[in-house]
Amino acid sequence: MPDELTQRILRIIAETQRKDPSQVTIDSSFEELGIDSMDGVNIVFALENEFDINVPDEEVKNIRSVRDMVEGVRRLVELRGDQGETAPAAS
Amino acid sequence: MAATTSGAGTGRRVAVTGIGVVCAIGKNRGEFQQALREGRCGIDGIASTANTDLRFRNGAQVKCFNAEDHFSLKQADMLDRFAQLAVVAAREAAAQSGIEWTDELRENAGIVTGSCIGGQSTENQGFYDVYKMGKTRVHPMTIPKTMANAGASAISLEFGITGPAFTISTACSSSAHAIGQAFAMVRSGMCDVVLTGGSEAPFSYGVLKAWEAMRVISPDACRPFSRDRNGMILGEGAAMLVVEPLDRALARGATPLAEIVGFGMSSDAHHVTQPSAEGAAKAIRMALRDAGIAPEQIGYVNAHGTGTTVNDPTETRALHLAFGAHATSLQISSTKAMHGHTLGAAGAIEGAATMLSLGGGILPPTIHFNERDPECDLDYIPNCAREAEVEFAISNSFAFGGLNAVLAFRRY
Repeated sequence: MPDELTQRILRIIAETQRKDPSQVTIDSSFEELGIDSMDGVNIVFALENEFDINVPDEEVKNIRSVRDMVEGVRRLVELRGDQGETAPAAS
Repeated sequence: MAATTSGAGTGRRVAVTGIGVVCAIGKNRGEFQQALREGRCGIDGIASTANTDLRFRNGAQVKCFNAEDHFSLKQADMLDRFAQLAVVAAREAAAQSGIEWTDELRENAGIVTGSCIGGQSTENQGFYDVYKMGKTRVHPMTIPKTMANAGASAISLEFGITGPAFTISTACSSSAHAIGQAFAMVRSGMCDVVLTGGSEAPFSYGVLKAWEAMRVISPDACRPFSRDRNGMILGEGAAMLVVEPLDRALARGATPLAEIVGFGMSSDAHHVTQPSAEGAAKAIRMALRDAGIAPEQIGYVNAHGTGTTVNDPTETRALHLAFGAHATSLQISSTKAMHGHTLGAAGAIEGAATMLSLGGGILPPTIHFNERDPECDLDYIPNCAREAEVEFAISNSFAFGGLNAVLAFRRY
């Protein structure tokens, strides 16, 4: 059973692609899901909103699979969490 | 030779007798031509967005353009910047053509402009006022300033032109489609003269955010066909042409700058943002057929060349498909590296660049060309302008939505 973060990402990919959530797994290829480059940009937009993260353009170009998306989002969410703890309080 | 008759032997030969340009590398035709020869880059920091969260910082803006230098304050209030640029370019083109506006000519004259986003900067301000500032009303000129045909209408008022006037909006092919229509209207005899071209002014925050979301904008520079390219750079500007029958131009003692000899258009039916080499090649072939010339007669291609990952190799494949073995003999450049991607004005600005290059015998370079890409294997006139006597050239425009427009020009 995928962890909660992965499940949220898979759900968003399914919603954005208008697919049944059962069709999207971490091992799904973009080809299987019919995801092209514009779809990828749309999914990243939805993920940015869901997790309050910013994905740099360069990283988007390197995303090739659902697994890349999950790992990339996890990294950015963790980074955001770290920054939240160490950032100085707003004055 | 077949090429001496335009329109594959039907209709009148069509001359361009005036060119007006205002863009990031020149506030008039002369400055523009000089900048093309020097390979000057007009891209730098976007002033209005210095303190925003935009992921890109650079654009190709028209510098030192003050509306009050060109319009009364009252006139300026009535026109979005994109329409102001259109009028300024049209004035320059009309002045160069030396055309005399008689009542009869005004009745037989037409206007065809292209614009992708029209006056969206004006619309942005109105929406900001009501959504963000909580105001209860927007400016009453918001609708007439925003309409895509505001430039065409302003040109009609400027010269008193009462013939057909309209605007074509086909994203990045808008003004190439517009010039193609003007060409057809003059060739067929519908109009004795047509003012045609396009204009765009996309530098408002909401529009820039929309482009940011597409993830096709370079964070630094536009490097068409170079392996290290990383996106396009937005630009603003306008170019307008005076298009008339060649025999009429000669009869009134005008100096033709170039001929428009062919126009081709196609739709990819492939994908809303990914280009298709086959669709582009079809438009190129159609332009050559319309001109009645063989592929081997084309010497220069002003490429669409956006500098995005996908466009440049796809356009290269299209050139291979359309020109076959002759593709390797073509001299190709994308001037977008200098003046940015001006969206609905691109076809007109690049058409102007093409004609000025044919007439001047100097082909503009593709600047910022650092490294060859195996998928872009043609001659892109890297970094330095080149002296060349070329008789025929094409200018490519390929739009989001898969709509392609290709213009063929002949040196006069």
